[in-house]
Amino acid sequence: MSAMIEVRGLSVVFDGFRAIDGIDLTVEQGELRFLIGPNGAGKTTLIDVITGLTRPTTGEVVFDGRSLVGLREHQIVRLGVGRTFQTSVVFEELTVLENLDLAASFRQPLWSLARRRRGVSDAVAGALEITELGPLADRPAGVLSHGQRQWLEIGMLLTQGPKLLLLDEPVAGMSKDERERTGELMTSVARDHTVIVIEHDMEFLRRYASQVTVLHEGRVLIEGSVDQIRDDPRVQEVYLGRKPSDAVGKQS
Amino acid sequence: MNLARLKGPGVFAAVAVLALVVAPLLLEPFRLGLLAKYLCFAIVALGIGLAWGQGGMLALGQGVFFGLGGYAMAMHLKLVDAQGDLPDFMVWSGVEQLPALWKPFANPVFALAMVVIGPMLIATVLGLLVFRQRVRGAYFAILTQALAAAFVILLVGQQGLTGGTNGLTNFFDLFGQDLAADSTQRGLYFAVAIATGLLYLGARQLVNSRFGRLLVAVRDGEDRVRFLGYDPARVKTVTFAISAGMAGLAGALFVPVVGIISPALLGVVPSLELVVAVAVGGRFALAGAILGAVVMGYAKTSFSEQFADGWLYLQGALFILVMTLAPKGILGLAASARDALARRRTARSGDPEPPPADAPGRRVMEEVA
Repeated sequence: MSAMIEVRGLSVVFDGFRAIDGIDLTVEQGELRFLIGPNGAGKTTLIDVITGLTRPTTGEVVFDGRSLVGLREHQIVRLGVGRTFQTSVVFEELTVLENLDLAASFRQPLWSLARRRRGVSDAVAGALEITELGPLADRPAGVLSHGQRQWLEIGMLLTQGPKLLLLDEPVAGMSKDERERTGELMTSVARDHTVIVIEHDMEFLRRYASQVTVLHEGRVLIEGSVDQIRDDPRVQEVYLGRKPSDAVGKQS
Repeated sequence: MNLARLKGPGVFAAVAVLALVVAPLLLEPFRLGLLAKYLCFAIVALGIGLAWGQGGMLALGQGVFFGLGGYAMAMHLKLVDAQGDLPDFMVWSGVEQLPALWKPFANPVFALAMVVIGPMLIATVLGLLVFRQRVRGAYFAILTQALAAAFVILLVGQQGLTGGTNGLTNFFDLFGQDLAADSTQRGLYFAVAIATGLLYLGARQLVNSRFGRLLVAVRDGEDRVRFLGYDPARVKTVTFAISAGMAGLAGALFVPVVGIISPALLGVVPSLELVVAVAVGGRFALAGAILGAVVMGYAKTSFSEQFADGWLYLQGALFILVMTLAPKGILGLAASARDALARRRTARSGDPEPPPADAPGRRVMEEVA
């Protein structure tokens, strides 16, 4: 196995606040990795750095043998890194199909987009099928439910054939059924993609995760299987509060 | 978006007949000339509709590009009229030798090319500088407006080069035709009307293409578009350049139609007036931009004929009313009226089915929506 993405010695400082404080993280090709950690642990910041939204203060991000630091967001997408956001952003005025088609056309030269869309490409048809949004294809994305929006976003990513998918809290705010459906979708996506998932939901983690990295206060606390993580006293401490002896004034 | 797809060529054909057959038959030359003038503004408005309505770029300085096109055309006409001598206003300003800037404009091909290329080039450079730095919204609007103000100052200051406040006027010859002749003006009207129609079709094609979808996506979620692998700065620059090219062409057509180009015609106020017109017509549809420009142009003329000073207040009030009460403009109101009518009709007949989408009366309304 070779590393799909390697983060080395990464630090991000916002106005003196160390959002990320020396993270090393390697995710192998084909892996499904969960990133967890309490609020403020630096999970989203880490993804922001990988996708070019935030510049690291120090450190290196190597994706598939290429450094990503200093590249612009769309350039990183073109190398094969796709992401979703905590609050899903789909284009509400465009139909589901148009959203997918727009995502799928991203490698076409700009001038060739001046033609009208004819038919549905295989990538778009595949995404409609896997997300089960086919019946809604011609509805504006604005009418979709929260869950359907997340699936549409994942579907948009899939049409782009990314090598690495970063999903930022994909089941936040979802109903039980939607969560289950998202878990299935994620599992099937992970079969042929490398996926990093940020997730808070412990139930979801237990059901779908194998490898987990726990972040805390901008550092990697521990890395391992779900069982290892669950049994680790440091993780319990971070999630359930500190030991009574030093709880005062150290709430994270 | 379904409505856009239902748009048949029917209304377009009807408007084309109206513009190309009925109007030239019914209107006296003076009124036809005015209509040609409104249509020149409509071309600028079309560009604003594209940049603002579709792309979310509130361009408050389109007068600059209109002026660049207009001056390119006017310089050529002046040089033709001067027949190798200095243009009249240069003599009055004490200029003794034709400035180097003017020389290439003696060539009609160069002048006509510059009408479109000049504005597009400047818009491209400006767009690349501004959009890459992620300047948008009100900041972009203010920037373009400042550009219009600066352009006017530049034009007024360079009396010997640009004719100063008076601008360039007194044209006699347009490609061998007597510019004052009714037949020439009639021909010009047809040229302007046809240009408006073709540009509308081109812009519509663009809006309905993938590029158009991308443009709407950039308008509604520029940051998200980046994470789809597109560079929004490029999309916006291309669109801004196209709208600038349209404004340039409109300026070039305006010069022979109206017979003058001057700083007063392209500063902050005229630029804003066109944005107001687009808002009144309906900025989210290209047809709304054209409709707004023609309606507001006509209203300005007829209202000013009665009460010279009142127009400014009426225009301002209209803009406020539209932005607060009918943000989709006249076309939006028409669409709402249609929906309300359709609802009442279904309610009265007790028929739960909505009227079929292709019923003739409904189609006409949808065309404009």
